[in-house]
Amino acid sequence: MTDRLTPGDMARAGKEPLLHLEPADLKPLPAPLDEQTALPSFKPLSSQAREKFVCELDDTCAVNFPRPKSPEEERELVVKFLAGLDKLFLAENNWAFLQPLVLTMEHCAKCQTCSEACHIYESSGKAELYRPTYRSEIMRRLYFKYVKHGGFLSAWQHGDIECNWPLVARLMELSYRCNLCRRCAQTCPIGADNGLVAHELRKIFSMEMGIAPKELHEKGSMLQLEVGSSTGMSAMVVKDNLEFIDEDTSEKTGIKVETPWDQDGADVLLIHNAGEILAWPENPGAFAVILNAAGITWTLSSELAGYDSINYGVWYDDAQFARVALKHIEAAKKLKVKKIVLGECGHAHKALTVIADRLLSGDMNIPRESAMTLLHDIVMHDRIRLDPSRNDFPVTLHDPCNLVRLMGIVEPQREILRKIAPRFREMWPHGVDNYCCGGGSGFAIMSGNNFADWRAQVSGRKKLEQILNAFKDCLDPETPKYVCAPCSNCKGQLRDLINYYDLWEKHRILYGGLAELIVNAMVDVKPGFIEWEWH
Amino acid sequence: MIALLYGVVLAGVVVFIMGTIARAVGYARQPIHLRWELYPVPHEDPRRIRYGGSRYEEVDAWTRPRKFNLAGEVGFMVPEMLFLKGLRDFNRTLWRRSFPFHFGLYLLIGTIKLLLLTLILEALAPGVAASPVGTALHWLYTATGLAGLVLAIGGAGALLHRRLTDGNLRAYTVPGDVLNLVWFIAALGCLLLGFLLRGPDAPSTTAIAWAIVTVNAAVTVPPLLAVGLVLSAVLVAYIPFTHMAHFVAKYFTYHTVRWDDRAGGRIERKVAEYLTYRPTWGAPHVGADGKRTWGEIATTNPTEGEKKK
Repeated sequence: MTDRLTPGDMARAGKEPLLHLEPADLKPLPAPLDEQTALPSFKPLSSQAREKFVCELDDTCAVNFPRPKSPEEERELVVKFLAGLDKLFLAENNWAFLQPLVLTMEHCAKCQTCSEACHIYESSGKAELYRPTYRSEIMRRLYFKYVKHGGFLSAWQHGDIECNWPLVARLMELSYRCNLCRRCAQTCPIGADNGLVAHELRKIFSMEMGIAPKELHEKGSMLQLEVGSSTGMSAMVVKDNLEFIDEDTSEKTGIKVETPWDQDGADVLLIHNAGEILAWPENPGAFAVILNAAGITWTLSSELAGYDSINYGVWYDDAQFARVALKHIEAAKKLKVKKIVLGECGHAHKALTVIADRLLSGDMNIPRESAMTLLHDIVMHDRIRLDPSRNDFPVTLHDPCNLVRLMGIVEPQREILRKIAPRFREMWPHGVDNYCCGGGSGFAIMSGNNFADWRAQVSGRKKLEQILNAFKDCLDPETPKYVCAPCSNCKGQLRDLINYYDLWEKHRILYGGLAELIVNAMVDVKPGFIEWEWH
Repeated sequence: MIALLYGVVLAGVVVFIMGTIARAVGYARQPIHLRWELYPVPHEDPRRIRYGGSRYEEVDAWTRPRKFNLAGEVGFMVPEMLFLKGLRDFNRTLWRRSFPFHFGLYLLIGTIKLLLLTLILEALAPGVAASPVGTALHWLYTATGLAGLVLAIGGAGALLHRRLTDGNLRAYTVPGDVLNLVWFIAALGCLLLGFLLRGPDAPSTTAIAWAIVTVNAAVTVPPLLAVGLVLSAVLVAYIPFTHMAHFVAKYFTYHTVRWDDRAGGRIERKVAEYLTYRPTWGAPHVGADGKRTWGEIATTNPTEGEKKK
């Protein structure tokens, strides 16, 4: 690792990255991954990528912003950035987050309590660049200098910084080295929020400069607003896929499954993350089995975005966030459903239930509920018959940050697991103190260049450690093990983590949702709903 | 000269109060933001506070009235305010330095209040200072004052030492941070030494306090104590204009951010007003030209123009 960085290093000229991590720098993993030689190596960023894109930060590149062609272009980008920074502190532009942002800017005591809470900082071997306050300190100095127009005295009181193109370029990348899990904010004695700083920085780049990772914007929220889903599936395609899933689920369970579409006046509009339909079809299949068996009147919607709960705007762009949230509400309004139930997708929960809450007034305030709550009600009130012995294998639970720390849905999923999984064991820490899977804030869907390596080696390292520790008594490949992750984004990250470290082949560690475990325990279903196969 | 000294002390207090109010009002006037809470939220149902749960754990939660658990909030706030519980839980090393400093300041605030109480009692019932109540108050404010000074100076010294010797803190320390702590040590140190080294003819603490309140130049203050009073007064006036005003900020970071799970009512009306704001964000997909409102932007699909092409 390079020497300790200072905030001023961000403005350093040249193409040399500020940080290079060697495998020995990273936090050691527990057995069986405690031997360095047994670990996959971090694929270096290609020289073509380094030449083509702005990647002067570290060993990877998330945004893939093309290098400016001239110093004039660089200067224009700096001017745009500073204009965006200014707008971030104006109520007209940023009323939605102004107060918490200003409080964070003006009151950090620089005590570094938050650093110890950050899984990325810890996993990197405490690389200064990934310290939560490193990013915030730069933002704070920019705020006092360029927004508050502080002079010499302000620089003396708050620290100085020079805003040039290298700094802006690095900040752009650095805003995508935080999972926005806000574990750091939870530990701040003052209540400052470094996760919010990363979020707001992303907004400057997207909302002022039009710069965002294409997975989040072009192939994410824009695609969702254009065709209905970031998967690219139109309503027709998604209906076709669900028909296949219904057939497959009927065959697997021995129960005739039919997914209802566009049912007026249904009690429940279920909105899945459409990624489930493509990547984990057993999850929407399991939901259909449970809801039908419990006698719930439910429906899916084929309205634009009504069949895909994702809302990537929540990670980088307020306008995109609001637009998608309104599409979800429009779909529910059109069907006159009694409530929206969000499937197993953490950020979708937080976006529509919590963050959009104050935007949704009058007839737009359609009740929103978590699938965890609904499933809990069904399971704990014995609305379906269950045989826990069918889940007689070690199960651990990953807590999606958005669902738990940021929404307070902690116990329903645990109570279900205690009832249906006799060998359930907790990860430590868990609940509201959990660690992010490392795929939060969009990382799980970002794999350009060698970003997937960074996710597996750095941001996902702590979760990997937690999983291995949870199963340390049964790592032998004869014992199949299940990481229950009731969130599509987290599942995507767990899939990549388990695959990267070959944990399925060597230790039979599988991952999946909560609904699948419930169906696997249902007495009326043919045994073996969970297929112990890698997918 | 003495009148000037007392004037500076009073002005310091006035600036502190005005600065603190201005800062609090400034934050309170900022727009209500979107919800951004962090769990545990201590005004939740007592059964749920233990593990950080929320009403979202209940099926059809919106059909039941929301209950505000005031005892839960108080139960969180008191240990946090008095004992800096958060810092103790998450950064014990720093807490060992920060707690004495802050608790020392609390004791000094308590000392000022006890002194004011003594003055009020004396004004209402002359001679009370010589009574057993007055004697008890004298020993109490002397004890809290001395303990407060020792703890605050020791804590500030320990914090300064850590800030300068711990690489993690030093890398983010700016001259202003050092000045703040040095200032505390110097101001409070002068007060402590001035008190301990005062001559037998020096006026009593209550006499000085009364002289300050009445700006009575006839009462003289020993030089070291005078320096301590001036340094303290200027420090007190300076605090509201720095990050050290986190006693104000913490109200907002906790009550209006971390724990604020309200919606509807006044908030709904305010948000409706914000949706008429006209943003000027520059990226084309936002479609903010300074004329369109947030409401219009949120209901516009930026891909519709593309579809038509």
